[in-house]
Amino acid sequence: MSDVNYREISLNGLWKNNPAIVQLLGLCPLLAVTGSVINAIGMGLATIFVLTVSNTCVSLIRNITSDAVRLPAFVMIIAAAVTCIELLMQAFAYELFQILGIFLPLITTNCVILGRADAFASKNRLLPSMYDGFIMGLGFSAVLILLGAIREVVGTGHIFANMELLFGESAKAWKIVLVEDYKAFLVAILPPGAFIFTGLIIALKNVIDGEIQKREAAKAENTAPTSRRVRVTGNIS
Amino acid sequence: MAFLKVSSPHAHGPMSTGRVMRLVLMATIPGLVALTWFFGFGTLTNVLWASLSALAFEALALKLRKRPIAFYLNDCSALVTAFLLGIALPPGSPLWLILVGTGFAILLCKHMYGGMGYNPFNPAMAAYVLLLISFPVEMTNWLAPRGAVPASELLGPVDALLRSLGIGSAPIDGVSMATPLDILKQNDALLVDDLWAQTPQFGTVAGIGWEWVNLAFLLGGLYLLYRRVFTWHAPLSMLLAIAIMALLFNDGGSSASGGGALFNLFSGATMFGAFFIITDPVSSAVSNRGRVIYGALIGVLVYIIRAWGNYPDAVAFAVLLMNFAAPFIDHYTQPRTYGHKKPNAQEKA
Repeated sequence: MSDVNYREISLNGLWKNNPAIVQLLGLCPLLAVTGSVINAIGMGLATIFVLTVSNTCVSLIRNITSDAVRLPAFVMIIAAAVTCIELLMQAFAYELFQILGIFLPLITTNCVILGRADAFASKNRLLPSMYDGFIMGLGFSAVLILLGAIREVVGTGHIFANMELLFGESAKAWKIVLVEDYKAFLVAILPPGAFIFTGLIIALKNVIDGEIQKREAAKAENTAPTSRRVRVTGNIS
Repeated sequence: MAFLKVSSPHAHGPMSTGRVMRLVLMATIPGLVALTWFFGFGTLTNVLWASLSALAFEALALKLRKRPIAFYLNDCSALVTAFLLGIALPPGSPLWLILVGTGFAILLCKHMYGGMGYNPFNPAMAAYVLLLISFPVEMTNWLAPRGAVPASELLGPVDALLRSLGIGSAPIDGVSMATPLDILKQNDALLVDDLWAQTPQFGTVAGIGWEWVNLAFLLGGLYLLYRRVFTWHAPLSMLLAIAIMALLFNDGGSSASGGGALFNLFSGATMFGAFFIITDPVSSAVSNRGRVIYGALIGVLVYIIRAWGNYPDAVAFAVLLMNFAAPFIDHYTQPRTYGHKKPNAQEKA
């Protein structure tokens, strides 16, 4: 455990092992609150916070909790972190808190968080665990925001609406109307749109991965015609 | 020519996919004529735009998937999807609405799942539902039928084209009117008999125009049945189920009534659905016993959604719901092959 590769952690969290589009964890918030960019940002920030805090705490107590009670202990930690972020949002972004509604407390049950606590933080030292929590949260948020942006544009024809809920009054001007007199394409904002666009994002990622693999294979053939490679298709750590 | 050694059976099915599809296209003609006679040229422009765009999307999808374009375009399956969608949409729908519909049907519902023969949902109905929940205003804007308004109010061919393109000096507007199913749903004050007498849209057994449109689709469907494009199981059981449900829950025509059996059989998309939608060989159940169950459940769902649901017509929703269930039905109605035990009993042993 001494040689923790931070580059590897980053690559895993953001792309190779992205919690939202590779592990398909935390689908409930992913599908439910990504109707607009601002909702996605709010949910993303909350998730990053909870993931980082819970990974940190779990890593700290990893040597003193017995295996039998580790999951209840993790859940208690996660629930405490969620309560914190809930109170924080009530204090500083009350309207957004009301929009996100039940999905804030539901972060407790988000599988990404328990998954990282059990799979990574309970086996690694403090700093890597903290970093892993942050990067995983970032990867999750990136997908949330991308999905939120796509759904907001397709569904309503504008983007970055209501940003003042999180960024203060000056953010009101951030709203960009892309198409005037847009007929609201309701499906994009309704739940089916979330499924359809998530599927398309996953497909896009697979296409990009396929291209990368093809290119690397071609490169390997060009540079070392005699060397033999063992093909590896995807790995989940 | 090589002499291939081919094992039995040596009989060939004379029906290729393309031939079946062309028969289906031909069988929609009576329905199209009836729709045009009663509602103006709007349905024809729908079908025209839908066909052009569906062929374009199909070619695009085939090109992206590196499949032979001419071969798959020749089987006319995209054209059938386009015709079914164009008929289902309100006459004179705007071009953008049709483009969204055919794009969704061909690209997402058909080719994303693997193209012809692999789509679990009927593309035309999935697109119809997508449009209905996305653009409720445009999708419930049915024009008034001949008989309820003077013939001069109907859309002519040029008017329909201009209307679908959204151009013209003045916006060309047909007189729109609620469909009979809609009126019956909105009504909560009058007895059915009074409603019938007071509203111009009602005819002999169902809505003016609608009864003839349904009869025309019935005619086209019977022709397809005669040509053995599909078996009688699914359509008959769907129609029977609707009739039985309507008889069972007919409360003598109170204001909350879902309408009688004849009214339900000849309203909305009943006949169109029974003969042109649920007989889709790809997305429906495959065995004859399965088709009876599949059709009957669609009929039951149609009546349930019409009578107690939020939407006036229900065929598209019912078909999509049962498309979900088709593999399940297939699993339990697998026919016994000669000389073998029941397939599912064998699994247990």
